[in-house]
Amino acid sequence: MTRRYSALSLLKEGLTGHRGWAPAWRTPVPKTSYDAIVIGGGGHGLAAAYYLAKTHGIRRTAVLEKGWIGGGNTGRNTTVIRSNYFYPESVALYGLSHRLYKSLSAELNYNIMFSPRGMVTVCHSEAEMEIAARTVNAMQINGVDAELFSSEDVRRVAPIYNFSPKARFPVHGGVWQPSAGVARHDAVAWGYARAASGLGVDIIQNCEALGFIIEAGRCRGVETSLGPIRAERTGMAVAGHSSALAALAGFKLPINSYALQACVSEPVKPILDTVVTSLGTGTYVSQSDKGELVIGGGLDRIPSYAQRGNLPVLETVIAGLIEMFPAFGQLKLMRQWAGIVDVVPDSSPIIGESPLPGLYLNCGWGTGGFKAIPAGGTMLAHLLAKGAHHPISRPFDLSRFAKGRLIDEAAGSGIAH
Amino acid sequence: MQLFPCPFCGPRDETEFHYGGEAGNVRPEGANVSADFWANYLWFRANPTGPSREIWMHMTCGEFFVMTRDASTHVVADSSPNSGREP
Repeated sequence: MTRRYSALSLLKEGLTGHRGWAPAWRTPVPKTSYDAIVIGGGGHGLAAAYYLAKTHGIRRTAVLEKGWIGGGNTGRNTTVIRSNYFYPESVALYGLSHRLYKSLSAELNYNIMFSPRGMVTVCHSEAEMEIAARTVNAMQINGVDAELFSSEDVRRVAPIYNFSPKARFPVHGGVWQPSAGVARHDAVAWGYARAASGLGVDIIQNCEALGFIIEAGRCRGVETSLGPIRAERTGMAVAGHSSALAALAGFKLPINSYALQACVSEPVKPILDTVVTSLGTGTYVSQSDKGELVIGGGLDRIPSYAQRGNLPVLETVIAGLIEMFPAFGQLKLMRQWAGIVDVVPDSSPIIGESPLPGLYLNCGWGTGGFKAIPAGGTMLAHLLAKGAHHPISRPFDLSRFAKGRLIDEAAGSGIAH
Repeated sequence: MQLFPCPFCGPRDETEFHYGGEAGNVRPEGANVSADFWANYLWFRANPTGPSREIWMHMTCGEFFVMTRDASTHVVADSSPNSGREP
């Protein structure tokens, strides 16, 4: 069986009819106990299991997924990877993620198609340009590559943008992060799953967490649809459904769940080789390797667990797209969907031990979880292995709400979630 | 486009409404409120997957009201004027 992916193994398999490929991950029967359990087989959960095995040597780990791996927000986002945040705590976290993404294909022996093609946030007034200058200064002080763009600079990287003087949102300039980009989102989940499975991690799909095994005030495992599974340490990385699991464990979280929609157009020839977002419309767009325009925007402002989204927000997003790129008005939409995102009041994640000892949280990524997968996984793995915070995750502990030490990126970097 | 029932104006487009939070989240009174209790009031939510009672504002008439709505199906079970006891 061929397990390692390379040009040579592809050639060899190509000559023998591709009959020798091993399945990318095993489909095991769950054991009755593990050293650690991770609930949620999305990017964050699979990455946590991988780093737990790779970095900390804890390989008797189970990842429980109620559907199929990568079928939640990991498969529903717009694949943008950036680290243009304001506060040093955030930059430490997202910067780590960005660095890990750069070498992830080699690390996992799985092509995640990371394409650092640059991202421009377009500004439409002198007031926005002043805020942009402040953001760029903060990013540069934090060591993030950022440039303040003039209108001509924006024209250089996105010539088909609407530069008409009659535009509803005229272009004054923008913020440019050259190392931002996109990656193949499914490949991130599959790559982590394959690498983790190869290290001995059991990935158990169609296994829903129905409750927690609580003994002497401590979490000692998970009641699942496939029976009880015991472990001394349990992590949860379930995004929009975090509140539901927290209720089973007997505590509340500072989270509201909303639908975040995205859509893709029919595929066209290469026309846009960067990621473009507009402060005026709130719409952002990039072009996938298949040629589809991947389009996203703001949240549906209605609490929801329905993974479909409502039409008024989709209309706003598309109207914004047409304002930014009038030529795209000729395209047909091909698919539309929504993911349920876990929105926290300060737009920063929650990482740390939960009020139930032995249960660890990785949630609250809101609309920006995909870009943080390698870092979120690293932090949750550290918590599960050591029972204590990594220095980078400590500021994101749940206790920050009672202490008033919020990391307000909505106000800081203008992240609208 | 979903229609929400305003208890004063009848069924109207969802875009006319603004979500105001979970009903029954009462502001703690007095000077001796612990940080945990205060944080619980300010930030922590039940955020249920099923039916819940929610405060909504119908922006066109400016009235607050209580709507019982299922977050998974978006089905509205009830819509009634704010009794004054709800925050």
